[in-house]
Amino acid sequence: MSLKVRDLRVYYRTLAGDVKALDGADFELADGEITGLVGESGSGKSTLGKSLIKLDGRMRYVSGTVELDGAELPVRDSARMNDFRFREVSLIPQYAMSAMNPTRKVGRMIADLLESRGERFRALRPELVRRLELVGLGEQVLGRYPIELSGGMKQRTVMVLSTLLDPSLLIADEVTSALDVSNQRAVAETLAGFRDRGFVKSMIFVTHDVALVNQIADTITVMYAGRLAEKGPAKTVVNSPRHPYTRMLISALPEVGVSHGERRLSGIPGSPPALLDPPAGCRFRDRCPLAFDKCEQEPPFAEVEPDHSVACWKA
Amino acid sequence: MRRYFGRKLFVYALTFFIAMTVNWIIPRFMPGDPVQSRLARASLQSPEASAAMQAYYERLFGLDVPLWQQYLNFWASLARGDLGISIWLFPQPVGDIILGAVPYSLALLLPAILLSWVVGNWFGAYAARNRWLDNTVLPVGYVLTATPYMWLALLLAWGLGIVAGLFPVGGAYSFALTPSATPEFVGSLLQHWFLPFLSLFLVALGGWAIGMRNMIIYELESDYSNYLEALGAPRRLVRRYAFRNAMLPQLTGLALQLGTLVAGSLLTEIVFSYPGLGYLILQAIRNQDFFLLQGAFMFIVVGVLIANFIIDIVYVLVDPRTRIQMQGGAA
Repeated sequence: MSLKVRDLRVYYRTLAGDVKALDGADFELADGEITGLVGESGSGKSTLGKSLIKLDGRMRYVSGTVELDGAELPVRDSARMNDFRFREVSLIPQYAMSAMNPTRKVGRMIADLLESRGERFRALRPELVRRLELVGLGEQVLGRYPIELSGGMKQRTVMVLSTLLDPSLLIADEVTSALDVSNQRAVAETLAGFRDRGFVKSMIFVTHDVALVNQIADTITVMYAGRLAEKGPAKTVVNSPRHPYTRMLISALPEVGVSHGERRLSGIPGSPPALLDPPAGCRFRDRCPLAFDKCEQEPPFAEVEPDHSVACWKA
Repeated sequence: MRRYFGRKLFVYALTFFIAMTVNWIIPRFMPGDPVQSRLARASLQSPEASAAMQAYYERLFGLDVPLWQQYLNFWASLARGDLGISIWLFPQPVGDIILGAVPYSLALLLPAILLSWVVGNWFGAYAARNRWLDNTVLPVGYVLTATPYMWLALLLAWGLGIVAGLFPVGGAYSFALTPSATPEFVGSLLQHWFLPFLSLFLVALGGWAIGMRNMIIYELESDYSNYLEALGAPRRLVRRYAFRNAMLPQLTGLALQLGTLVAGSLLTEIVFSYPGLGYLILQAIRNQDFFLLQGAFMFIVVGVLIANFIIDIVYVLVDPRTRIQMQGGAA
């Protein structure tokens, strides 16, 4: 197991009180595993991704432990966490297009960053160039300013930079949301390629896009209202989901080769509960067609078969 | 590169032409006639003597030809570097009078503008990361920027000059001395220089500090700062990048501010009777001295244009985005 997350809770501080965006996440990631973390907006998937590398100013760590390769990750202590960032845990941000300082040449910025982390840019440069060429960029990118690069080039540069120190865990936070469909596929495949070449050991691929995740991920993790709903092998989750939310989510997607002329795709009626003061018990209860009395109690995120966990009493 | 600066220079030349034309027109619209007032001062008895004198002055100042010819003559003599003869300090040439005043204005303005810019940016950058400093610098900054020049200058003159008696409140040096390179004279110069300098410095300081503080906070919240922090870059590197990028709007601000500070020095020089360009302008208006007014305005216009041109060059050096636009590349 490269990553072990136990009961991780991270809330957002607001004037009205704590918003329980991540309320008890329990999961593991195997060596070499890519998990697609899916869920609707506000389900806590980005919060989970961010809390594994850097809590932003509004986030408050409440409880939980994170273990990476047998060592505890001090997610609550930003200063101690600094040693792990980039080397052990790295991030490809949602805003890859604007992630680089506009007034610094790309190479200079990378050199500044590496030197400030105690790495020798000179020593790493050949590897950096090799990896840039791997994603179809030349060495000349290093002599350019970010505005001289296209959006896709910036994205690939950031992908190479983020994984340059071969981190154990890579968090890709909605990296495809700003791209067109063909680029989405290319980016996802490049990231899977990074895993195959050993640039990263395991990866959390945060996205809305179940179809894309199905193509590159080994497992799919579904979040709902701040909690994990289901995690299992990608095929299993897509073809025979056990959680009612996952089932409805999958059935809301169009399928290749199926005409939707006569049949409207079904959505999920209702909306997720407010996370400022969420109801007790299962959070999907109000929208769930299978809900019964026991759903007043919170269902545990339990393994229903090997490597397949579901948080539902009826699973 | 050449095209970029060529275009800039053309715009500057056009600005110069229009500004100088306006400078030429405005004094001539002022009520009153400088020649008549000179005659009145001479209080001649006989009308013939008066008429002869009027003709003499009008020919001397070039006022005996139609307006359009006066305008052409103005550009022609400007091209020869001749700014005319002062009416107020007759018969001194305007060029000499202005050259005598310019050092005083520059000695006042340049240190005040540049020091307030440097110190203000420095304070603002620190205030952005220090709550205690933020809570003191910001209110003081707001009070300083909101204070009218005139009032602050009067307050300083009254408080430090008259009540405390620490500094003299008028002139550029003591009237008991004649200009010379003695320590006594230099000391007197500095003593007289300090209060007008301080008033200009203080008024500009607050604005720079507030601007820089806001820019730094904005840059520290920007995507590239977040990304660097997520990759564990030390605070120092992130701050360095943020500071550098926050300086760009401040540079533009400096260029814009130069123009208004020249006007600001006018009030300062009047309050402290400091014999710079501003003081000359006041006297020129009072005495309907067309030529002195034109000359003083020309120096201000040229000063603002040169300052802007320097900032243009500096901007090209510090911001790669301007360089790329210059080469015609896509932004």
